[in-house]
Amino acid sequence: MQNEELKIKIAELLPTAVFEEGGQWLTINVEPGEWLPFAKQLRNDDALHFDYLFCLTCIDWKTHLAMVYNLDSTKFRHNIVVKVKLSIDKPEVESVCSIWKTAEFHEREVYEMFGVNFINHPDLRLLILPDGWEGKNPIRKDFEDPINMIRL
Amino acid sequence: MIEEIGTTTEGDMIINVGPQHPATHGVLHLVITLSGETIKKVEPHLGYIHRSIEKMCESLTYRQFSYVTSRMDYLSSHINNNACALVVEQGLQVEVPERAKVVRVLVDELTRIASHELWWGAMAMDLGAFTPFFHAFRERESINDIMEETCGARLTMNYIVPGGLMQDIHPNFQKRVKHFIQLYKSKVDEYNEMVTGNIIFQNRMKGVGILSKEDAISFGCTGPTARGSGVNCDIRKLYPYEVYHKVQFDEITETGCDSFARYMVRIREMNESIKIIEQLIDNIPEGDFQAKTKAVIKLPKGEFYQRVETARGELGVYIVSEGGTTPYRIKFRSPGFSNLSALDHMARGSKLGDLVAMMGTLDLVIPDIDR
Repeated sequence: MQNEELKIKIAELLPTAVFEEGGQWLTINVEPGEWLPFAKQLRNDDALHFDYLFCLTCIDWKTHLAMVYNLDSTKFRHNIVVKVKLSIDKPEVESVCSIWKTAEFHEREVYEMFGVNFINHPDLRLLILPDGWEGKNPIRKDFEDPINMIRL
Repeated sequence: MIEEIGTTTEGDMIINVGPQHPATHGVLHLVITLSGETIKKVEPHLGYIHRSIEKMCESLTYRQFSYVTSRMDYLSSHINNNACALVVEQGLQVEVPERAKVVRVLVDELTRIASHELWWGAMAMDLGAFTPFFHAFRERESINDIMEETCGARLTMNYIVPGGLMQDIHPNFQKRVKHFIQLYKSKVDEYNEMVTGNIIFQNRMKGVGILSKEDAISFGCTGPTARGSGVNCDIRKLYPYEVYHKVQFDEITETGCDSFARYMVRIREMNESIKIIEQLIDNIPEGDFQAKTKAVIKLPKGEFYQRVETARGELGVYIVSEGGTTPYRIKFRSPGFSNLSALDHMARGSKLGDLVAMMGTLDLVIPDIDR
């Protein structure tokens, strides 16, 4: 489907979705509470069939965090981007591990780097950072390490 | 980590493979739960070579950051640089000269062959055959010599820059590439004779590490790992960049879903790369090798994403720009990270000895996973 068709279809599925203009792909802003049921629809709808989550990351905007999910369909080859805005003090969102298994590792990375809590994640632990780095969230903009700060 | 050695309450044994183990091809640490010799769980512990490249890039300019990416997947450094150059060009709306595009594809494909050669040698060595490693390195060396002459480096090339190429190709480039093609063609049968057709090798690979098509997509596997399970995921075909839409080549897929299928994809893929090089080597257009760009690059406010096919799978470079000279946030979606996440699923229920065969065909490069 082209972006315009996708937009009409998604507006039907989720009337509260807010579309962002100007990007490479159709970008949709979703509330954290609506994300998991919407993700299930994106995966299971026969006309959408978004079965491949090719990128999952987070952006620190200082006032809030934004989760970014890039989705692709191996059947129709259309792409969309879903963004979920989270509060900076208590970032929480439902895990999508049950829908796309690749999310398990990517969410663990976001958990340790940004401190986002993924509800119902099967195994939310540190993946890359060594023990003792819980809660330090080194990729956040306000992170300061007195010894090994990377500043070039 | 002392507490991870010992037995669980069910009487299963926990053993550590790595971080310094030859079969992990770097510093990968696996904590394996074993019942007898059967694997119940594989838990990767990453980060031994984590340099926080994403955070580092936030303070590097758009001309500087691609140099760091050569150190990510060091076996496909040209392709990493190419991805970075493409994402910056996408933001700048710069049209790259045709000559640069063709040379980029040529060096990308040479890199792919060099990477698969190294994988093939290391893979055979993991399974106990030592000689193929020397055979693979003999051919790989001649690619490295070509690169040394043209780019001045053998591993971390930094030859592809935003706007085109760092410098023009060496006058000997075409001659030496043609010589390499001849050399490769005379040796490829030797590879198949020595390893592919070997019954001991086939018994170690067939039916080992089953990854179904649905699981491969769900785990986000890409590259030869997913193509061995019949997934069409070649970015060069699906979302062509540079001049890939102008050359004839096949996307190699196998339906075996096991280690042998993944092995065959890589062996056959090298021949496709040779096909691409043969089509382009005599058709390098004359002209500039670099577009005119400003010394200090500023990307407009917005988000840019570029997908390319490295030797291991899909690499994504995601830049969030606030309009300055450095990226606000950069994310590298590395192929090895997602491919590794399928290892636990593949290994459960098989024997410990087969784990090496599975890891070999995933073609893990640890700096690419840790970043």
